[in-house]
Amino acid sequence: MSDPLLRVRDLKIGATVYPPGEKPKKIEIVHGVSFDLEKGKVLGLIGESGAGKSTIGLSSLGYGRGGVEITGGEVWVNGRDILKGGIKGLRKLRGAEVTYVAQSAAASFNPAKKLMEQVTEGAISHGRMTRAEAEKRAVELFRKLGLPDPENIGNRYPHQVSGGQLQRCMTALALCPKPDLVVFDEPTTALDVTTQIDVLAAIKEAIRDTGVAALYITHDLAVVAQVSDHIMVLRHGETVEYGETDQIINAPQKEYTQALVSVRSIEHAENLPKGDPVLRVSHVTARYKGTNFDVLKDVNVELHPGKTLAVVGESGSGKSTLARAITGLLPPTGGRIEFAGRTLSPGLNQRTRDDLRELQMIYQMADVAMNPRQTVGTIIGRPLEFYFGLRGDAKRKRIRELLDEIEMGDGFIDRYPAELSGGQKQRVCIARALAAKPKMIICDEVTSALDPLVADGILKLLLDLQKIEDVAYLFITHDLATVKAIADSIAVMYRGKVVRYGPKSDVLAPPFDDYTDLLLSSVPEMRLGWLEEVIASRRMESAGN
Amino acid sequence: MKNIPLSAMIGLFFTALYFLAAIFAPLIAPYGMSDVVSNEIWAPASSEFLLGTDSIGRDLLTRMIYGGRTTIFIATAATILSFVTGSVLGFFAAVSGGWIDQVLSRFVDLMMAIPSLILALVVLAVVPVTLPVIIVLMGLLDATRVFRLARAVAVDINVMDYVEAARLRGEGTSWVIFREILPNALSPLVAEMGLRFIFMVLFVSTLSFLGLGVQPPLADWGGIVRENKDGIIYGIPAALWPAFAIATLAISVNLVADWVLNRTTSLKGGRG
Repeated sequence: MSDPLLRVRDLKIGATVYPPGEKPKKIEIVHGVSFDLEKGKVLGLIGESGAGKSTIGLSSLGYGRGGVEITGGEVWVNGRDILKGGIKGLRKLRGAEVTYVAQSAAASFNPAKKLMEQVTEGAISHGRMTRAEAEKRAVELFRKLGLPDPENIGNRYPHQVSGGQLQRCMTALALCPKPDLVVFDEPTTALDVTTQIDVLAAIKEAIRDTGVAALYITHDLAVVAQVSDHIMVLRHGETVEYGETDQIINAPQKEYTQALVSVRSIEHAENLPKGDPVLRVSHVTARYKGTNFDVLKDVNVELHPGKTLAVVGESGSGKSTLARAITGLLPPTGGRIEFAGRTLSPGLNQRTRDDLRELQMIYQMADVAMNPRQTVGTIIGRPLEFYFGLRGDAKRKRIRELLDEIEMGDGFIDRYPAELSGGQKQRVCIARALAAKPKMIICDEVTSALDPLVADGILKLLLDLQKIEDVAYLFITHDLATVKAIADSIAVMYRGKVVRYGPKSDVLAPPFDDYTDLLLSSVPEMRLGWLEEVIASRRMESAGN
Repeated sequence: MKNIPLSAMIGLFFTALYFLAAIFAPLIAPYGMSDVVSNEIWAPASSEFLLGTDSIGRDLLTRMIYGGRTTIFIATAATILSFVTGSVLGFFAAVSGGWIDQVLSRFVDLMMAIPSLILALVVLAVVPVTLPVIIVLMGLLDATRVFRLARAVAVDINVMDYVEAARLRGEGTSWVIFREILPNALSPLVAEMGLRFIFMVLFVSTLSFLGLGVQPPLADWGGIVRENKDGIIYGIPAALWPAFAIATLAISVNLVADWVLNRTTSLKGGRG
């Protein structure tokens, strides 16, 4: 056996940070990571945000994002230490021997150029192929990746294909110059589960057929288990565990890996509702101004006090629009919304202060849901002041109580949002909603921007608070694992319609309608061979039809 | 306030110098503002008259100090006026949207379509030229530029979730403008303020040079250029001093504005 394709030894990466009011200082973000990658193998790099996985992935191209530089160690590609080759050596390497697939294909393609031009650019400019050869290869790759109309899709512009197709085009772009190594940086994270599975299968097949080696970076252990031969678990820039996929998934050694594997272990028994619902949405239809397309079509759901209704669906299914219609941000064009026994006026401006107070909302991105120029005390204190007229000591006392409830100390009261972690920010948003003593909280994808372990903590907190405060949740999510964990009843939405609705046990039990079946079977499971099984069973079904 | 870069230090020093000289003009100036102190016109610099004398034998240094006082006072007052009206209206337009936004924005477009110097000259030719009139006129004309900037910044902030959260809470327009949007729009506005202040200095100097600004015997930098411009033909540098003062003030204020902008917009989005 000759040298491995990629050999990383004791890699150290530093970054410059700019703490407010102090001089910039250098910190180390990756502390000596080592691994090998053989030809044709896939190594999965996994860890929560800030673990350094993308940084390590990019280092195999000899690249550091703004302010990040490789400070020590060796990176050998094809028997050359690329860190010693200077910028000229790197230029020959990048886009030719080593290529990169970014998370957001939509942001990475040039919207003004046709796909074919961009896919073949690397191969041509590096002189690895002539234009005709490169275009032929691109068409082959389009076909291999399952893109529709492979002969002509290259003539389209990036906005003329869907998100999942664009991500596959990007994979074609990376594979076109016949590289030895491809770095996949969260290629499916921004996609819906139903799209993710297709892209995942296409990537896996392409890797197998072209014999290229790959680094696959993701935060989703279930995804990485499907595509990689080895897995490296990272935390705080250090290797936690490194081994074969089978071992990491089925017999993790370290506590942190075990926590990752067993995440989403929350059990929430379904409660049957009694009495009158707190929210009744009947025959609601809505459309955005200036369009003639209904984004919500005849939606009927009910939510009982102290219960959780999960609204599931892929992006564009209208689940967030439903939230906007209920809150009054988008007045519905038809139907009725009853809340706590009274009919809500469609528009926000006509609603009473009590309507507003009893119906609170928590957002997906806690970062932008809080004014960055207000302290935690102001953010939580404002609803208290606004709805209950609390001031001075009484207000401060209540803020402390709320901070206790969200399991944060009162030391946070004078901090700004920028000084909080992602999970803490979301907790503050929860406290802000609770401060209004609501009857119902709309949670719009509240955990999807968070790392799995942190998201788990938030879900547990929400369930505990529900027991104490007896508040109802309308929980909007695309993540079925979350739904299983917390819902009492479920509404599955597809293209603006509720296609399946009922208590959790009914919705998640067969017989399924087609869409729910597709949705349920697309959620990655944390076991080896899951992807093949799903693909095989779908092929059989379509062959049978 | 530690770690002030050298450029900002220099800027702060000279800006402070000009403003202090303006505030304490009667104490610093060696002579009275409009006293004719010499028989010689355009006398060269001497120990008696540090910058020489002007076209009718007044001490030029005294004129410069008092001139700075007038110029800086007018520019400051007009800048404040333009920022208060411009940004409040701009935020209001962005937050209200719909026809209010249309009416305000199109009116501002209309105003901006007319060159402001010509508009100012026309207005000043009709109404009596007094300091308050000049300040209000300059402030309102410039408010259109501030309105554009403030509206553009506020439109971006207005769609943030925290503004939506405030709306869902039932907050009124004034809370949204002053508590949610203003603190986040401050840094581009402050930087623009530095720039606008200098445009104000230039504008008032231009008006005075054309004879429609500050009226004699009151001194201001534009007026000093006007009074002494004939001296340039004979190699008398008296008219260049105000030009020098305007240039240095412009550079120093902008150095300070740059520094403020850098401080408030860091890599992390500058909300620190």
